[in-house]
Amino acid sequence: MSDQTLSPARRAYLKRRKQENTTVHLLRILLLAALLGLWELGGRLGWMDVFIVSSPARVVQTLAGLWQSGDLLHHLGVSCFETAIGFGLGTLAGALIAVGLWWSTLASRVLEPYLVVLNALPKTALGPIFIVWIGAGTESIIAMTIAISVFVTILNMYAGFCSVDPEKLRLMQTLGATKWQTLRKLVLPANTDTLFNTLRVNVGLSWVGVIMGEFLVSKAGLGYLIVYGSQVFNMDLVMASVLLLACAAIVMYQLVQVAERLWRRVT
Amino acid sequence: MHIEIDHVSMRYQAPDGEIEALRDVSFSVPDHTFVSIVGPSGCGKSTLLSLLAGLEKPTDGALLLDGEPIRGPTEKIGFMPQRDQLFEWRSIWRNVLLGPEIRGDDTKARREMVRTLLADYALAPFKDKVPSQLSGGMRQRCALIRTLAVEPGVLLLDEPFSALDYQTRLAVSADIARIIRQSGKTAILVTHDISEAISMSDRIVVLSHRPGTVRAIHDLTEMESLNPMERRGAPEFQALFNQIWEELDVNV
Repeated sequence: MSDQTLSPARRAYLKRRKQENTTVHLLRILLLAALLGLWELGGRLGWMDVFIVSSPARVVQTLAGLWQSGDLLHHLGVSCFETAIGFGLGTLAGALIAVGLWWSTLASRVLEPYLVVLNALPKTALGPIFIVWIGAGTESIIAMTIAISVFVTILNMYAGFCSVDPEKLRLMQTLGATKWQTLRKLVLPANTDTLFNTLRVNVGLSWVGVIMGEFLVSKAGLGYLIVYGSQVFNMDLVMASVLLLACAAIVMYQLVQVAERLWRRVT
Repeated sequence: MHIEIDHVSMRYQAPDGEIEALRDVSFSVPDHTFVSIVGPSGCGKSTLLSLLAGLEKPTDGALLLDGEPIRGPTEKIGFMPQRDQLFEWRSIWRNVLLGPEIRGDDTKARREMVRTLLADYALAPFKDKVPSQLSGGMRQRCALIRTLAVEPGVLLLDEPFSALDYQTRLAVSADIARIIRQSGKTAILVTHDISEAISMSDRIVVLSHRPGTVRAIHDLTEMESLNPMERRGAPEFQALFNQIWEELDVNV
């Protein structure tokens, strides 16, 4: 629609909306700048001990150092790899088990209390068990990540499968659909939203699993850097690692958003 | 195709007891006729449709399609569910092809036939749209075409218009009744709307409260030549409405 076809009231409304949005964006950036400025200033003026709280300049310096030595990419790479594997396997296993539960009422009835308990259990408690069973290495970290995401995935996906409109199931039955056809043509496509919501939740959970795992056993990764930094009282390193972690998590979350958009365009 | 419902009873087993949904129900649906089943909520209307669709077996009695017992879902019986139940993630074209796709009958000839149906019922231009882009009436026609796409001899309609607002409902039910008559199919409509039943059918079966038994059967021969909208204005309409209202024995 061109500008001429819009009424003055409409144009005023659109202008107001645009102004509001600009204000919100501006305030967000200002808030960040103010916090960073206060942090830096507080350190320089001696309000806070930079040895304890670090400062933006020191964090940047640390990041530059990590970059030059090649440590940054190494640790970031290790953590991202573990998260991606744990996320992928946890989601896949969870979705497959959810399909199994949907397929067999007997299985879902038998397993329900176990799933509830396992879901409620703080998975970090399993860390030491994994370490004893599969060794103090990457495998344990990935096992931890899977343990954290798999039960939520099962419960969410299964709940989604069960909430398919019974009238639609009846329609499929009258058309003579097999169970497999009902799954492929109705239950799975009806749960695209559930799947992507689960993926978004699992991004966060996988990072929890990886960082917890790295706290316990690792020789590399962002979790390792955080623990190591705090042990040698290098808070610059701790803060820099946390910042990297936040960036990595945001990127992964955005990847899920992009995947969802692509998926919807294809189908 | 004609249907014979012969002394059918249906009891369900539930954890907290036995539910008797239907008791000794008998009536017939002659070839090429439109029969409505009217009854209060919980009178076993939907149970009756499930039995006709072959999704369940009666505890007693028999349901015969052209003299043969109904043993399971068959392509001879097409089902139109409550609300249209179109799949939002499929285009209109892929929605109406659902039946052939499931039956492994998605052939060139079948596609041609479905294409003609879409064209006949003014849906051809919306072939590539998704259901949410269509009006309530168009969605309903689309659901009907999905049912017709597998060429059933009998159509089962389970309160298909219940989600529509009043005006749309009048227009759509008239529209659907016309299409079904043109197609020469036998149809069974389940509804709680007495006016809808009178406007669309050749025969009305009135069911009682649970357990559902046949209260009365009305043949609408005197209104045969009238279309649904004309029927609503006909002098016989009100009398029949009142009579069925009495038979339903509605208590609030």
